[in-house]
Amino acid sequence: MKNRLKNKTTRNNFITYGVVILIYIVMQILTASGSISSTMQGLLVPICAYVVMAISLNLTVGILGELSLGHAGFMSVGAFTGVTAAMALSGRVSSGIVCLIVGMVVGAVFAAIVGFLIGIPVLRLKGDYLAIVTLAFGEIIKGIFNNLYVGIDSNGLHMSLLSDKTDLAEGGKLIIGGPMGLTSIPRYSTFTIGIILVIITLIVVFHLVSSRQGRAIMAVRDNRIAAESIGVNITKYKLMAFTVSAALAGASGTLFAMNYSTIVANKFDFNTSILILVFVVLGGLGNMLGSIIAAAALTILPEALRQFADYRMLVYAIVLILVMLATNNDTFKNFLRRLKPGHKKAADEDGKEAV
Amino acid sequence: MMKKKLLSLALAGMMVLGLAACGGNGGDTSSDASTDSSTDSSAAAPTGAAFKLGGTGPLTGAAAIYGVAAKNGATIAVEEINALGGDIQFDLRYEDDVHDAEKAVNAYNTLKDWGMQLSLGSVTSKPAEATSVKNNEDRIFALTPSASSTATIEGKDDVFQMCFMDPNQGSASATYISEKKLGTKIAVIWKNDDVYSKGIHETFVAKAEELGLEIVSDTTFADGNDTDFSVQLTDAQKNGADLVFLPMYYQPASLILAQAQGMSYAPKWFGVDGMDGILTMDGFDTTLAEGVMLLTPFNADAEDQQTKDFVAKYQEKYNEIPNQFAADAYDCVYAYYQALTNAKATPDMDATTLCDLMIQQFTTMTFNGLTGTDVTWDSTGAVSKQPKGMVIQNGAYVGLD
Repeated sequence: MKNRLKNKTTRNNFITYGVVILIYIVMQILTASGSISSTMQGLLVPICAYVVMAISLNLTVGILGELSLGHAGFMSVGAFTGVTAAMALSGRVSSGIVCLIVGMVVGAVFAAIVGFLIGIPVLRLKGDYLAIVTLAFGEIIKGIFNNLYVGIDSNGLHMSLLSDKTDLAEGGKLIIGGPMGLTSIPRYSTFTIGIILVIITLIVVFHLVSSRQGRAIMAVRDNRIAAESIGVNITKYKLMAFTVSAALAGASGTLFAMNYSTIVANKFDFNTSILILVFVVLGGLGNMLGSIIAAAALTILPEALRQFADYRMLVYAIVLILVMLATNNDTFKNFLRRLKPGHKKAADEDGKEAV
Repeated sequence: MMKKKLLSLALAGMMVLGLAACGGNGGDTSSDASTDSSTDSSAAAPTGAAFKLGGTGPLTGAAAIYGVAAKNGATIAVEEINALGGDIQFDLRYEDDVHDAEKAVNAYNTLKDWGMQLSLGSVTSKPAEATSVKNNEDRIFALTPSASSTATIEGKDDVFQMCFMDPNQGSASATYISEKKLGTKIAVIWKNDDVYSKGIHETFVAKAEELGLEIVSDTTFADGNDTDFSVQLTDAQKNGADLVFLPMYYQPASLILAQAQGMSYAPKWFGVDGMDGILTMDGFDTTLAEGVMLLTPFNADAEDQQTKDFVAKYQEKYNEIPNQFAADAYDCVYAYYQALTNAKATPDMDATTLCDLMIQQFTTMTFNGLTGTDVTWDSTGAVSKQPKGMVIQNGAYVGLD
């Protein structure tokens, strides 16, 4: 153990786990003693969901080095499929936690499948092109769920597109109602499950990063041609990172949706994707602890600014700009350079000069 | 290696800053909440003898006209009641939900921290679906001015509506068009990713079929492609529609009116309560809305004293003609006033006690307000009142009858 802790990466990883567990314990104590406001308590689950989103996007943007602007799309896939599974199950299984966990697994699997399928054509593109295509993907997902109808009755699940043709038997209920989204969702999400998901996400990401595959992924990021020349299968490793990232986002989507009684597909639009990207950029590319803190802080911030009333979002934007400026803009420069593989060399040289 | 060191240094710095920011925020939230609530309650209600009335609505963003109108209407009612100096005093607080369910729950929680005893629910449908569940869980009674979806009140015994439910608006519109013989060939343009629009469309089409109205064109649009309506309008024109039904909010409707004029297509236009507000929209040429008919429970041109007083007061204070949302919220506060007076409730009662009293009152009382006379509620929370047809003439709403 001692030897392992000497390794800086391992040490940093343990610090991250520690921070998450510490936050959990502090929050539990505050909740138990009743000294936490309803606002804060209501934010706990969404924060967990956003943290998982930020970490998983960080895997794509920070570790794989590809800019994705459609991450909310995977969250959407996870939310809709996961909640459908959980609601279909809730009639048969009495335990809410079991329903939620099954929902999260289903959400993760579907998001992973979608991520894999999308990844095959999309990951052949580079930089800006990839960003635009992922953006389009997010919109397509939104469009699909806005026109999808899924209902359940004694005969099982019924599905239709464009208009409600599910034709449910007596006692059946509509789960996904097109533009009305998911309604009457049982609210099974808890802070504990949220934190467990955050920790699982961290374990997955840290292990992936420090594994053989992770090194290959980072090699692809750092120099695609060099990686290819030594026999790294670019497509395989890109797909691997992208799919894992999508799966985690899917689980997070289910967690998020099951915290509210209703969710519409429009919630997971371009703005949400950008919001998550902001978490990642603010927290630092490749820095998981940074993502966690940024996601939590930026979710709390708009609520903390309620006293500014109508100027709330203006103040939020100003605070965001100031924080961005304050937290080292070198990172952002690196991020921009990484988008263009050709500039990689220049970035390295700059780095050397600075040192 | 050098680069890595530099990077980790930067990351460490960021972490510290991030932590500092986070700590600051975390601390702020709790302290803000406590100071906020203490100052608010002491400022607005020095004796602590006021009912804390809270509501969420879109005060910013695309749907802000509704939230702001509801807030203004409620504010006028609260000021009037407080000026009477009776036993019942209100302390009103509105929080912004940007027409988003997630933000609405946050806003609701903020109000709960403030000590809300009675709730005005949420102004728009989808946020209201999320907050009404919380209302039901926390046993805080809610009377929403304008959240019209069925799911808002479904299965919740302590959530009531002041407005019609969406389905009722659709069938009422079809009935109205058929009774007044406003059109024979009808086109419908609706937004297929919007709960409100879809709910009305469904019942409208069903009722129209039943009444023998011919729907010649049924076209849709969605969020994101809601700026160009030439396809929908051409379809309606090609099929010879003489009346176009627009079950949508006022923003896309304003574009449809402008584009129809551009292609010199002039059918009769018929909207529902979401159309209300089109005249006060920034930068909208009100001559475009000339002759547009809409079905809404409130008519700012009504001759009765109550409406006249309200409109005058609203104009004086906010420089606008109040729309239906303002009137609904105004009525909500007065309905509370009546119910609290009848129940002999006192402000020191907790939310749960008030909730039981209010359920009892609202299911038995009859209320007369701006948006209808002999208004009653059934135990599901749905309202029963007569809608009024209105037409826009010379830039103002005029009663159709």
